[in-house]
Amino acid sequence: MNSFIEVQNAEMVFATRKGRFHALHDINLTVQKGEFVTLIGHSGCGKSTLLNLVAGLTVPTAGTLLCDNREIAAPGPERAVVFQNHSLLPWLTCLENVHLAVERVFGANETKAQLVARSKAALALVGMDHALTKRPHEISGGMKQRVGIARALAMEPKVLLLDEPFGALDALTRAHLQDELLKIVARTASTVVMVTHDVDEAVLLSDRIVMMTNGPAATIGEILSVELPRPRDRIELAEDTRYVHYRKEVLDFLYTRHGRAVQQAA
Amino acid sequence: MVSAVFHSPARALPEAKAAVKNAVAAAPPAAPVQPPTASVRPARPSYDWRELGFKVVPPIVGLALLVGIWALLTMKSTTFPTPAATFAEAVKVFSDPFYSKGPNDQGIGWNILFSLQRVAVGFGMAALVGIPLGFMIGRFEVLNRMVSPLISLLRPVSPLAWLPIGLLVFKAANPAAVWTIFICSIWPMIINTAVGVQRVPADYLNVARVLNLSEWKVMTRILFPAVLPYMLTGVRLSVSTAWLVIVAAEMLTGGVGIGFWVWDEWNNLNVQHILIAIFVIGVVGLLLEQLLVSVAKRFTYDDV
Repeated sequence: MNSFIEVQNAEMVFATRKGRFHALHDINLTVQKGEFVTLIGHSGCGKSTLLNLVAGLTVPTAGTLLCDNREIAAPGPERAVVFQNHSLLPWLTCLENVHLAVERVFGANETKAQLVARSKAALALVGMDHALTKRPHEISGGMKQRVGIARALAMEPKVLLLDEPFGALDALTRAHLQDELLKIVARTASTVVMVTHDVDEAVLLSDRIVMMTNGPAATIGEILSVELPRPRDRIELAEDTRYVHYRKEVLDFLYTRHGRAVQQAA
Repeated sequence: MVSAVFHSPARALPEAKAAVKNAVAAAPPAAPVQPPTASVRPARPSYDWRELGFKVVPPIVGLALLVGIWALLTMKSTTFPTPAATFAEAVKVFSDPFYSKGPNDQGIGWNILFSLQRVAVGFGMAALVGIPLGFMIGRFEVLNRMVSPLISLLRPVSPLAWLPIGLLVFKAANPAAVWTIFICSIWPMIINTAVGVQRVPADYLNVARVLNLSEWKVMTRILFPAVLPYMLTGVRLSVSTAWLVIVAAEMLTGGVGIGFWVWDEWNNLNVQHILIAIFVIGVVGLLLEQLLVSVAKRFTYDDV
């Protein structure tokens, strides 16, 4: 098996002002090369924390994280992150935002023209080649998120980490970008780990859905394999019995077996 | 943390937008400055006179009130000059601003220029030291903890308390005045730059970490642009302080300069000149501030 990302017995404890907060407990997860995995759970269950661990932005309190058999010690361009709120630099144009990433990864071996061509190609891939010279505040939220994805893809990462990338978008734009993402992932054969709280999004996109229990000390409750053929079409799937079944499985987990932590505590 | 007076970049935006709106409102009539008698087409949707009146009339009324009260109070006074006398004197002073009759008698133009030069040198050096220091304090927590108490201690010290130190070290009046400007105008720049660095959104720094940017790129592409609006606020506050301090410093050190001019005219008991100086100091301060506000506006970005 070519397991690509391995999380072994990861624990995450945050030291807060109110004391220690046990966020993640005993996380074990393996992601295969070329696999699309989503992390789903109620808000505050630590799914973003887990993603940050894989990204290397935070270091686990205990446990081991491996990417391509090497320990994850710090963030790096081979694990590109698309942040929840796009995080484009407002003083740079779309092209410059992407170029900043490209320059860092390929600057040593390629000429300036090649680097610019790469940046433009990445923006073309997400359909943003019409807005090269625009600044982030001049384009819509969906476009910003596309540029964010382009920036991540331009680095040719081994893994694409998406932290609720479509969370702040309206339903139509979100659907559109999901379809785009499906195409891009199919074309680039990327390995993707994505955080979401949207059940439909998870079922539509994933090969496997990692369902997390509620925090504190959240852990992986269940992992659901979604065996729907690709390419997937959201209209056809809407009436597909397997799709409906997967969707119900996730909803069941989230609402019947692991209702909101607030209710349990009350 | 040191607390700072700062203006968020976002606050400058509504003003800018309002300005744009006004500009648009002013656009339709071809020549809005023309008196109403000149416009032969009254049917056209006319300029919003009411808004203009609301903007222009109150300041004029305020100024008129001040001059009026001044005139009333000085009607029977023999020592305090009337507005009319002061105005007549001002016309005389400004008709020949650049004469030079020895070191103690020079035109008001020279006095202003010499003061501005001292401010430029002192303030420039403060910027050269203060802004990089602010960056370092913002970036390194250890340094922040080390320097913050010192800043809190030294910042409220009156400008004039620094003057003897300058005189002692430099053994000359002019460098001592420049030193006083330097030490008084450095604090807003240090503090605002440091606060700006500390408030750089964590997201941007995360981007830098994921992209694995070099420290130089982090500095030029992320920190500097993000901090610039804060920094410019510091610069603005500093310039105001510097201009505030120069008058006091020059009063004590002498030489050619607007502050010394005030003191000299006091010794000559020429109150009209003192009043003119106060007005001039105010106007120059206002212009300096406006200049930097316009610079700051150019460098603020829409953070959406």
